[in-house]
Amino acid sequence: MNVIDLAWWELAIAAVMVVALAATSLVARLDVGKPILIAAARTVIQLSLIGLVLEALFAVGSFHWVALMAGVMLLVAGREVMARQKHRLTGGWAFGIGTVSMFVSGFTVTILTLTVVIGPDPWYTPQYAIPLLGMLLGNTMTGVALSLDRLTEAVWRQRAVIENRLMLGQCWQEAIGDFRREAMRSGMMPMINSMAAAGIVSLPGMMTGQILGGSPPSVAVKYQILVMFTITVGSGFGAIVAVSAGSRRLFDDRERLRMDRLSAGKA
Amino acid sequence: MTGTKPEALRIENLSIGALKDIQLTIEPGEIVCLSGESGSGKSRLLRAVADLEPHEGEVFLGEANRDNFTAHEWRKKVMLVPAESQWWADLVRDHFCHPVPEALAALGFEPEAMDWSVARLSSGEKQRLAAARALSCQPEALLLDEPTANLDDENTQQYEDWIRRLIEQENRPVLWVAHDEAQMKRVGDRHFRIKGDHLETAR
Repeated sequence: MNVIDLAWWELAIAAVMVVALAATSLVARLDVGKPILIAAARTVIQLSLIGLVLEALFAVGSFHWVALMAGVMLLVAGREVMARQKHRLTGGWAFGIGTVSMFVSGFTVTILTLTVVIGPDPWYTPQYAIPLLGMLLGNTMTGVALSLDRLTEAVWRQRAVIENRLMLGQCWQEAIGDFRREAMRSGMMPMINSMAAAGIVSLPGMMTGQILGGSPPSVAVKYQILVMFTITVGSGFGAIVAVSAGSRRLFDDRERLRMDRLSAGKA
Repeated sequence: MTGTKPEALRIENLSIGALKDIQLTIEPGEIVCLSGESGSGKSRLLRAVADLEPHEGEVFLGEANRDNFTAHEWRKKVMLVPAESQWWADLVRDHFCHPVPEALAALGFEPEAMDWSVARLSSGEKQRLAAARALSCQPEALLLDEPTANLDDENTQQYEDWIRRLIEQENRPVLWVAHDEAQMKRVGDRHFRIKGDHLETAR
């Protein structure tokens, strides 16, 4: 099947639409013009660079380079998780918990999917490994960031409730239980929503991309289901690890709520 | 409160915030009142005894060191009732360890109060119900932080009478933070005032 390549000037037309959106928001004083432009510029630069990197990586295909790439992706995702939290755990814990939970779930699910389900030879073949890991990390990052942000935000606001429950002799897991459940729920909501809406409300991005790129829909559908399941599992376990570790860190060994372990956050 | 033997609450060399090396023993059945300017550390002292904040020093219930209990066991024995109580579930009943109809009646509530929605409680009702709620978990010592701050005169008197009666019956130690000198004279067996970094006996 033929793939219609896009010329750069054709992308420029799409870019003009983005600029128009930013200009509109500027005129209407909605204050989102600048962030839109910055994010759009980042997309262009980051994707162009990654295109070059991927082409090189696919050409080499050695395990070391794939592993290095995966490590860099993980660290960037860890930084992003930290940046998205208003009240962060101090002393490197925000970065540490985010990164470790993404590593535990994202890497495990990617490797399992590569070795057991897709089975390319060798299993780390970059054409499969890197896009799959990227998609998993990207979505796991959202789940982990949302759930950690919700957890720390709730603790910040509802400190008195948690402490009153401690005063009544509840153990720390019980005292923070409601907020853990809430955090878990908000971390999982995007995936539950997108699974529920897939194919009816929206054609998922990856499937759209594959069909536009020339794959038959039946193949695209199977990959999409695989990807959605792996993403759900990845972000779900990621959020569980993050929420468990995060809430544990908020209490010390005498089950005291340690607000001094949370940063005050931006005003 | 419980069937366990009444024990004294003993605070040794406790330091938190501005307070240094606090020594205080409260005998079973004794109400010790504590006063001090706002910000002097009254509430923090109670929080330290309940082990809610890191601090130095030891606390004993009878001969048993606090460190021999898990933190939540300790807080169940030595229960802090905060000035502003918090209610997280929908119904009053969901916050109680056991039904305590006598305590509710003594504080002027019908037994149906247990089925009230938390959303409709006034601050005075919350404060009185918080005391009953603490009692329902059968503590062995009470730490009360301005327990009548939101109550009118009638309810304050009711509350004071109830606590006095209860403490005489059950023979438990109570540390009561009050800012009202008259109240301290009414309910307290001994009074202390926070002066800088130590406690001073008040007249």
